[in-house]
Amino acid sequence: MAVESPARARRRGTEAPYVDQYRDWLRMMILIRRFEEKAGEAYSLGQIGGFCHLYIGQEAVAVGTISALRADDYIVSAYREHGQALARGLSSRSVMAELFGKATGCSHGKGGSMHLFDAALHFMGGHGIVGGQIPLGAGFAFAARYRNTDQVSLTYFGEAAANIGSFHETLNIAALWRLPALFIIENNGYGMGTSLKRAASITDLHQRAASYGIPGVEVDGQDVVAVRQTTDEAVRRARAGEGPTLIEVKTFRYMGHSMSDAASGTYRSKEELDASRQRDPIVLLESRMRDLDMLDDAGVQEVEASVVAEVADAVKFAEESPDPDPSELWTNVYAPEPH
Amino acid sequence: MATLTYRDALNAALREEMQRDDSVFLMGEEVAEYDGAYKVSRGLLREFGPRRVVDTPIAELGFTGIGVGAAMVGLRPIVEVMTFNFALLAIDQIVNAAAKIRYMSGGQIGCPMVVRGPGGAALQLGAQHSQAFESWYAHIPGLKVVMPATPADAKGLLKSAIRDDNPVIFIEGEMLYNQKGDVPDEEYLIPLGKADIKRPGKDVTIICHSKTVAPALNAAKTLSDEGIDAEVIDLRTITPLDQDAILASVAKTNRVVVAEEGWGFAGVGAQVVDVIQREAFDQLDAPVIRVHQADVPMPYNKHLEKAAKADATRIAAAVHQVCYRN
Ligand SMILES: Cc1ncc(C[n+]2csc(CCOP(=O)(O)OP(=O)(O)O)c2C)c(N)n1
Repeated sequence: MAVESPARARRRGTEAPYVDQYRDWLRMMILIRRFEEKAGEAYSLGQIGGFCHLYIGQEAVAVGTISALRADDYIVSAYREHGQALARGLSSRSVMAELFGKATGCSHGKGGSMHLFDAALHFMGGHGIVGGQIPLGAGFAFAARYRNTDQVSLTYFGEAAANIGSFHETLNIAALWRLPALFIIENNGYGMGTSLKRAASITDLHQRAASYGIPGVEVDGQDVVAVRQTTDEAVRRARAGEGPTLIEVKTFRYMGHSMSDAASGTYRSKEELDASRQRDPIVLLESRMRDLDMLDDAGVQEVEASVVAEVADAVKFAEESPDPDPSELWTNVYAPEPH
Repeated sequence: MATLTYRDALNAALREEMQRDDSVFLMGEEVAEYDGAYKVSRGLLREFGPRRVVDTPIAELGFTGIGVGAAMVGLRPIVEVMTFNFALLAIDQIVNAAAKIRYMSGGQIGCPMVVRGPGGAALQLGAQHSQAFESWYAHIPGLKVVMPATPADAKGLLKSAIRDDNPVIFIEGEMLYNQKGDVPDEEYLIPLGKADIKRPGKDVTIICHSKTVAPALNAAKTLSDEGIDAEVIDLRTITPLDQDAILASVAKTNRVVVAEEGWGFAGVGAQVVDVIQREAFDQLDAPVIRVHQADVPMPYNKHLEKAAKADATRIAAAVHQVCYRN
């Protein structure tokens, strides 16, 4: 029997709490990646309309954070939320069908790419107005505290959204009232075509937590384990009544802001993009698993094959699903009248 | 005459006014280095530099308010909002500050600024990105609301808006940016508050603005094949509203359809109908019919979205109704 190297044993030690989840995480990250690639293709074919913002490159953020939550915790996000929806457990069928605008979609074809909702999974939506979801997230936390549950609320937004007024107003109140809330800045460096350094007076955004007297943490968003560890601590604080945490996750988006702009060229160079791809979250987790003898080539192929089949099934389901009935134009505007 | 897109006509207006007056500057998200989210400001940074073409963070309330402040002390800001959906975040500064400054200060201080950008629905952008808000702004005394339908109007009206001493809400059409049209080569201004007869006719008046002008003209074409001669009036400016033009046309045709992109309830068309019923009741041969968007948030699904929008078919059907045809 081979003797384990001390380095490997150490890694095993520190990673012990999570190793049994690596396989699930890897599958989910690959699922998100392949799902997004397919969504991009379907968009080019005109099967998906409107705006479509892909998450490719940021998979470890969704998986690392959401895996730390309970099923009854709340999640709210912006318009780049396909990956978070999948990580939360929305089926790839219901998300793809929503992108196709079909009646079987998670928002019944009325929401589209930017507005994925699943009340049962406490997935409280994709929101299209920058920063609009930040107060909502604090509202879920308020409700949890009001009802005396120990649920927490997790709010995602981009680094550019941290410059909007609702960020400041909400964080001040959430801190003041010690709401059980996690605020996750997904710092991918660019808000559309504007780099963070052209938009923020301080670019270490987690430092802004100091103005509210709450912890502000920075974490490597390409490392799913690090993201998970950081989230665990913030969840622990929130459940224990110690209030909100501001987490700045450093990550990259490989694609353009939306399907209508190129991945590189106008506002960031190809070199910068290529450099960012060197630390791919999926590759990093794979090599971690290989190091621990948890994964080999056959294992990777197996995951890939099952994921590709799942995404193909989602597309087929979306293609074959019906459009909403024309009468649906008029439904859901107001609550149904009680009988 | 040159043939320009609506986008390039707006760009020309910005360029000419910035060349003419150093106090005019453009500010907003992605207007400078990115050349504009919809490329309306293409090339302006290169020509005028970062002092006058200013990129901002995503902070609509803040930068619009900064525009208001700058206008109060003599600059002439043009604040670009990426779309009017996002200008909702700035509406406090627009309504509570910009629109009120002159009145509250007893005329001492003005606010000569333009807030401009695309409004209304495009294609399948969903409920938060598909809203026509002109009636909101038109409701506020102190604001002018301008909505050009063609490239030539876009240029002439934007130049007038920039020179106007009031806060002007200038709503462009996301779906109009690529539309081409003849634009005069020489310098010209189109006065704010003057409607335009886009097609003369004698049997019925279709009153419209912005994105409903093209479908109204299409409907008028179909109708003329059936022997109905429709006059198409483009309001161009919502406030001030050109009541004279409306009433002159009603006197001529005695039948009216009002078409608009926004929601019907308390919409711009309701105001137009109020003018007509009050001032021209005796001249009407039929009740005025309104065509507008379904009073629901815009659905994402493309079939539902199409069903929600006002279009040429529905305008023509409304004309049949006021003409008592089938
Ligand atoms: C209030 C508002 N202003 C502008 C926009 C247009 N817009 C959509 S996304 C975006 C950039 C946001 O970047 P960031 O928050 O960093 O998120 P990312 O796209 O990087 O995920 C902008 C300017 C909007 N949707 N809402």
